[in-house]
Amino acid sequence: MIIQKLVFYVFSALLIGSSTMVIVSRQSVRAAFFLIVAFCASAVLWMLLEAEFLALLLIFVYVGAVMTLFMFVVMMLNLDKEAVQEKFVRYLPFAVVVVALMVGVLVFAVKPGHLGDLSVAMKAHHAADYSNTKVLGMLLYTRYVYAFELAAVILLIAIVASIGLTHREKSNNKRQRVVAQLEANKADRLVVITDMGVNE
Amino acid sequence: MMNLLISLVWIVLKVLLIALPLLGAVAYMTLAERKILAYAHVRIGPNRVGLFGLLQPLADGVKLFFKEVIIPTKANSIVFILAPIVSFATAAAAWAVIPFSPSWILANVNASLLYVLALTSLGVYGIMMAGWSSNSKYALLGAMRSTAQVVSYEIAMGFALVGVLMAADSTNLQDIVLHQQGGFWHWYWLPLLPMFIVYWISGVAETNRAPFDMAEGEAEIVAGFHVEYSGMSFAIFFLAEYANMILISALASVLFLGGWLSPFEGIPFLGPLFAFVPGIVWFFAKMGFFLFLYVWLRATFPRYRYDQIMHLGWKVLIPVTIVWIVIEGLLIQLKVAPWFN
Repeated sequence: MIIQKLVFYVFSALLIGSSTMVIVSRQSVRAAFFLIVAFCASAVLWMLLEAEFLALLLIFVYVGAVMTLFMFVVMMLNLDKEAVQEKFVRYLPFAVVVVALMVGVLVFAVKPGHLGDLSVAMKAHHAADYSNTKVLGMLLYTRYVYAFELAAVILLIAIVASIGLTHREKSNNKRQRVVAQLEANKADRLVVITDMGVNE
Repeated sequence: MMNLLISLVWIVLKVLLIALPLLGAVAYMTLAERKILAYAHVRIGPNRVGLFGLLQPLADGVKLFFKEVIIPTKANSIVFILAPIVSFATAAAAWAVIPFSPSWILANVNASLLYVLALTSLGVYGIMMAGWSSNSKYALLGAMRSTAQVVSYEIAMGFALVGVLMAADSTNLQDIVLHQQGGFWHWYWLPLLPMFIVYWISGVAETNRAPFDMAEGEAEIVAGFHVEYSGMSFAIFFLAEYANMILISALASVLFLGGWLSPFEGIPFLGPLFAFVPGIVWFFAKMGFFLFLYVWLRATFPRYRYDQIMHLGWKVLIPVTIVWIVIEGLLIQLKVAPWFN
């Protein structure tokens, strides 16, 4: 139990610290690295709650795939450091309003009543054959199946929309067209010229 | 408190028992690769250091150890040093859940399949960090190529693993092995043949090995993500790559070839004859087969082009796995013997 508490406090501190660094850090790549640390720390906290499926999925999906793509983009950006610092205060009034709104919504939505008794949740201890994966699967496909399918459809729409917005066929595209190449015959490509002019 | 300390010492000892042979295996894998490649090219290969060149890995190690570690002036030195460590740590940590025999397993956890998947997906960070921190165009290009490739093939690999966990009804690697009991024809390679092939192809792609070694691509981008590395920091990347290869081979044998199960199980005369052989021998034999396959592929195929890799990953492997998941679901519902009864 002592070890669990130790792990909890160490990784909570790590989570809060790295999340703060994500916002404070001026260098975007460094901020992304801190976000990865934050994800890993929260995965450990989930592991403490015996939600091993969610914890590993967080690492697999968010750290392994989403953040990789994120880093991909951030590393390609050649951000001018001074230009970023210059504009830092420009959006401050607007940002304050947005932050106030978000905090208000969070305070309104996440009341202590919604969370249940946290001291009970921390002590939850399941038998060795308890499978978090199975329990979660049962819940997702029975009680929350409508919300689950809805989320899937929304994601699909996002995929279709992003492809539709960004994918444009260029007019000067030099792509190889295999079908056209195979259908081409001698008459299309070859004109025999003799010294009398074009031989028909 | 004392009990805790004793169990901690035991765990550390067990970790060493896995990690040290792993390093040995990596060392001799490099020699095996050079030898097999040499024979494939009708050459002799390294044969000067020791008998048949058996001390060659040692000589290479000593050479790399005494080389200077250079950190480029404009590199981000913290990330630059961290990158090889991340690469190797993720490759080594995944070994904690691999079952070597019925009782030899460091951590028999419920979600070990997911754990392995999560750790192998973290491996790409070593490459990305190396590519970015080197502050070199070629290194960055290598890292970009590698990222795109790993992200694409991870999906196919994940779907192939979904097939395995559907069949075994468990995400525990030891349970997956136990579910395949009953001999050669009961192993999952047969009912999940397309998954097996997809898993193997994406495993080769995930380890950035030929013919998917775009991240290095000597002829195009010098050596890709590790151009700027030298001495031991380069050696650790090398270790990580080979440790990953051995890991993928181990996983392929656990998931599709019955892990430590004997291939002669259930055969009238041969079964009892080979019953005395410990499971770990079969496991290593299966791993050896996959490792040979790695080198064989490298000796046979030319490197893929970038667009061909993306085509194969997204338009061939992923649809194949999705279709086979549906077929497998039908097989399980119909309780097709001998795999799903």
